[in-house]
Amino acid sequence: MSLEKFINQAVSSWMSDDGPDSDIVLSSRIRFARNLDEYNFPTLFTNGEAEVVVGTIMERANNTSPATFGQLEMIKMGEIPPLQKRVLVEKHLISPNLAENSVHGAVLLSDNEEVSIMINEEDHIRIQCLFPGFQLSEALQAANEIDDWLEEYVNYAFDEKFGYLTSCPTNVGTGLRASVMMHLPGLVLTQQMNRIVPAINQLGLVVRGIYGEGSEALGNIFQISNQITLGKSEEDIVDDLKSVVSQIISQERSAREALAKTSNIQLEDRVFRSYGTLANSRIIETKEAARCLSDLRLGIDMGFIKNISKSILNELMILTQPGFLQQYAGGPLRPNERDIRRAALIRERLKMETKDESGG
Amino acid sequence: MICQECNQRPATLHFTNYSNGEKTELHLCEICAQEKGELFMMNNSPVFSINNLLAGLLNMEPAFTEQKKEAFDAEQVAKCPQCSMTFPQFVKVGRFGCATCYDAFREQLTPIVRRLHSGNSMHNGKIPKRIGSDLHLRKTIDQLKQNLKNLISAEEFEKAAETRDQIRELERKLSAGQEGGE
Repeated sequence: MSLEKFINQAVSSWMSDDGPDSDIVLSSRIRFARNLDEYNFPTLFTNGEAEVVVGTIMERANNTSPATFGQLEMIKMGEIPPLQKRVLVEKHLISPNLAENSVHGAVLLSDNEEVSIMINEEDHIRIQCLFPGFQLSEALQAANEIDDWLEEYVNYAFDEKFGYLTSCPTNVGTGLRASVMMHLPGLVLTQQMNRIVPAINQLGLVVRGIYGEGSEALGNIFQISNQITLGKSEEDIVDDLKSVVSQIISQERSAREALAKTSNIQLEDRVFRSYGTLANSRIIETKEAARCLSDLRLGIDMGFIKNISKSILNELMILTQPGFLQQYAGGPLRPNERDIRRAALIRERLKMETKDESGG
Repeated sequence: MICQECNQRPATLHFTNYSNGEKTELHLCEICAQEKGELFMMNNSPVFSINNLLAGLLNMEPAFTEQKKEAFDAEQVAKCPQCSMTFPQFVKVGRFGCATCYDAFREQLTPIVRRLHSGNSMHNGKIPKRIGSDLHLRKTIDQLKQNLKNLISAEEFEKAAETRDQIRELERKLSAGQEGGE
């Protein structure tokens, strides 16, 4: 398959760069955790119950579809190869937990992949809406639509006091996790993250690396989300997160301005060195690729580099993950083989971009 | 980075441990981390997984420590009538077995939930439409029952009879609604 065709198939809409504030916010995500009233939670349910849960949701999706998102496609975890599951994880459409541990796990996906409904993960149902750029309220609205559509048909486990009942008490209440993925090289370079992270934590929000819990901030990408799910309304939770994210956006912008004023040449040098590495290396590890891609993205945002669209960086962050590399290669690769493939894919992709420019 | 344990899956959890001034790093995938977590528990070594952290938090709960003592003393362990999960089991796993667990462990749970959610223990968000109408009905019934008590103690028996009929009517509606919802 040609790289172009592969990318067209691989890229979901959240990776496009046309969202608001997309120079800093890569994507906005809303997740609702829900359980069906009648069956044990996934921690304890029997295979039979797990199957019934999948069947119930499948029936709903076969007979009707949510107005805005149309027919949803059902993928059962037991019916696709491990590599394909990995690709879904790398696209952030399913969790590693669903891919690897779930009993009768499945996912319902909308055509544009903005909606994904995981079935039998930690909870029976996890509704996820993923939008490009800073669009938390829009994502919440979409998640509510999906939630209402399901609720017309199923009985949710709900309690007056505790709200939506979830497997883990950390999700109880609204079952809502709202999160944004932010690219913050300015704050990292000016060493302000160490100061900002504790402040964010004090506001009841969590900062994590790109692949969630426990992962490092690869390529200066941070995920910021709410911790509290009980006692506040969905709108309040989202508004609180929005106001903090807005402040971080403006701090990141001033950090970039300050960098441009005080060390423009050093920054330009750094950006072009990273560009050079990406355009020429023959072996590149995930970490180095992520770091260089972050520099390149910053270089585009700051106007040092003009002939590359920044959406390819969102793409490359995803496409150079092990699952995608192996998918593109058409089979399993050892880690060192991946590093070679990764370098080749990045070179090819950058060449494609500059060719488009000169041709157009 | 690849998981140090299985050398297959990618390491998604990264731990740094300092003991006796020595720094050790551990890079694990979620599955191996979970297995390790079990191991750590058995060895009494440092514990890393989220569930174990949660368990640590729950263990701090005085309500639970009392519960535990009581359990050992009298072998009276709170148990969910639906899925048979016991409270100590929940503390160990950090996850509930079913929706009824919330009812079964309501008392022990409230302080824990409060701690997890910055002092909040009352849902203040969306209510499922179908359950919502029931909720409204139940609240009205509760209110009428209170009125009924007051009327009886005030010896206003005629009004009390009216209220009683009203309650019966609403209760009929409630149970009809629940059957209709099945």
